[in-house]
Amino acid sequence: MPWSLLYENLEQTVAVILFGIGFSILLLQRNLIRKIIGLNIMDTAVYLFLASMGYISGRKAPIVVDGVTEVTAYINPIPAGLVLTGIVVSVSFTAIMLALTVRLYRRYHTLDIDEIAMLARGEDA
Amino acid sequence: MSFVNVFLLGMLIVCALAVSLTRNLLTSLIVYMAYSLIMAVIWMFLESPDLAITEAAVGAGITSILFFVTLKKIHAIKGDSEREPTQK
Amino acid sequence: MSRRRSDWEQRPQARIRKWYKEGFLALDEEIIDHLTQEPRHTHLQEELIEAQQQAESSRQHDRALALERLDQHNMLIWARTRGRKAISRFHVVLALALGLLMIIFLLDTVAYMPRFGDPNAPGANEVSRRYIEQGLTETGATNIVAGMILDYRAFDTLGEATVLFIAASAVLILLRIDRNKDGSPVQELIAAESDDQHYEPRNDRILQGSAMVLSPIIFLYGIYIILNGHLSPGGGFSGGAIISAGLILYLDAFGFEKAGRFFTYKTFMWVSFFALSFYALAKAYSFYCGANGIPSGIPLGTPGAILSGGLIMPLNIAVGMVVACTMYIFYALFRKGGL
Repeated sequence: MPWSLLYENLEQTVAVILFGIGFSILLLQRNLIRKIIGLNIMDTAVYLFLASMGYISGRKAPIVVDGVTEVTAYINPIPAGLVLTGIVVSVSFTAIMLALTVRLYRRYHTLDIDEIAMLARGEDA
Repeated sequence: MSFVNVFLLGMLIVCALAVSLTRNLLTSLIVYMAYSLIMAVIWMFLESPDLAITEAAVGAGITSILFFVTLKKIHAIKGDSEREPTQK
Repeated sequence: MSRRRSDWEQRPQARIRKWYKEGFLALDEEIIDHLTQEPRHTHLQEELIEAQQQAESSRQHDRALALERLDQHNMLIWARTRGRKAISRFHVVLALALGLLMIIFLLDTVAYMPRFGDPNAPGANEVSRRYIEQGLTETGATNIVAGMILDYRAFDTLGEATVLFIAASAVLILLRIDRNKDGSPVQELIAAESDDQHYEPRNDRILQGSAMVLSPIIFLYGIYIILNGHLSPGGGFSGGAIISAGLILYLDAFGFEKAGRFFTYKTFMWVSFFALSFYALAKAYSFYCGANGIPSGIPLGTPGAILSGGLIMPLNIAVGMVVACTMYIFYALFRKGGL
């Protein structure tokens, strides 16, 4: 693996590392709230990776100034549009997951996922 | 690849690690709010102001407010001394 | 790292050392202590006591049932204390190894990506060339990204607004507490209200004073961002989130009665319905005109003015209203279970 190229694409490297960290938080933590935070970290890492594909060095943000509409003056605007949709969808499902957490807490009075699984299994028996 | 850019990307990784290693749940939330804000600044370095405004308003604003209100509903903020849930 | 500090036991170095030396024994001792000191009245324990009392009245069937539940109870206790020790170590090592493996494989992929900031990257193809060169003349919007998501790719934005609406409906189903048929509050609603107001400050002077000054400014700023969505960075989503932040500040400072004067369920219902159906109808008209080759009769205006961009400004307003109502409904449902 060429190490210098990983330093050239530093944003993409950091996005991949954050994705791995978020995934580990999702697997390892037993608290429900921390799992949801881990899922959000994975989300924003993917958005960072996407948006860094659109950057072209030396060019400016895609807002037309002084009527200049050449391609060589602006960065690629397409990844920004994709990420904008993604951010809003991410907040929607965070809200649904938190509502489910509140209902689970009212039922079982604990936030630990192992305890909830055992209590739920113990009730079925 | 300026120094500020590299430093902010390093702080992102530090914040992501700090979310899992603290004991208190409230501390994790505040660190997540800081993570969201640093991400908004990095969008500006990548020349996308639309994403920066949206992430600052939605990520560091609405999502963190929803987390805090959830913590209040499950009585996990220190100070509600008579009821505290079992946590890791 | 001196060991003479009084809080040495809570320092992270001490915890890591303890974990390394004793494995998960210390954690499990804590769990066993917690479980044995405070007897938790689970369903299982109460049913067990009942089953044992019935068996004592000499019924063979009940005695067999009681023995079976005793076995299950013992199995659960083993799973909680001893089985956890064996499984948790394996689980932690496996999860960490999986995370590291994923990072390494993805880093290998990153090494083959085109260089960061390369103008000849395959992503900068003729599609982005078309959007940049003819975006201003075809949509009339100075902000190329806003023109793209509300004109060229407006269908995706309709789907996103629908996802927001679905999320609001799902949270309503999960958390809303209904009233009685005649409008009087149910016992659960009274408990939720008293629980919510128990820890809140009542009529706090500082909070109300600052909310009186700040809320109008926040509303004004949000409306400014929505209206200038096609001229400068911003748009419907961020403007809607800022307006909802202003509404949440007002709700926190003044309570539910005052906020209920202008925001009820009917407001939320009608605003969402009208905004989404206006969006769908406007874009259906655009699709119809585009599919049949008829030029649409909406003027594009001069680029740079507020009233330009054709349908983009009304669509921004519609999306902003949906987002603001949805975020406020989330907050109110979490706080009290209703409006």
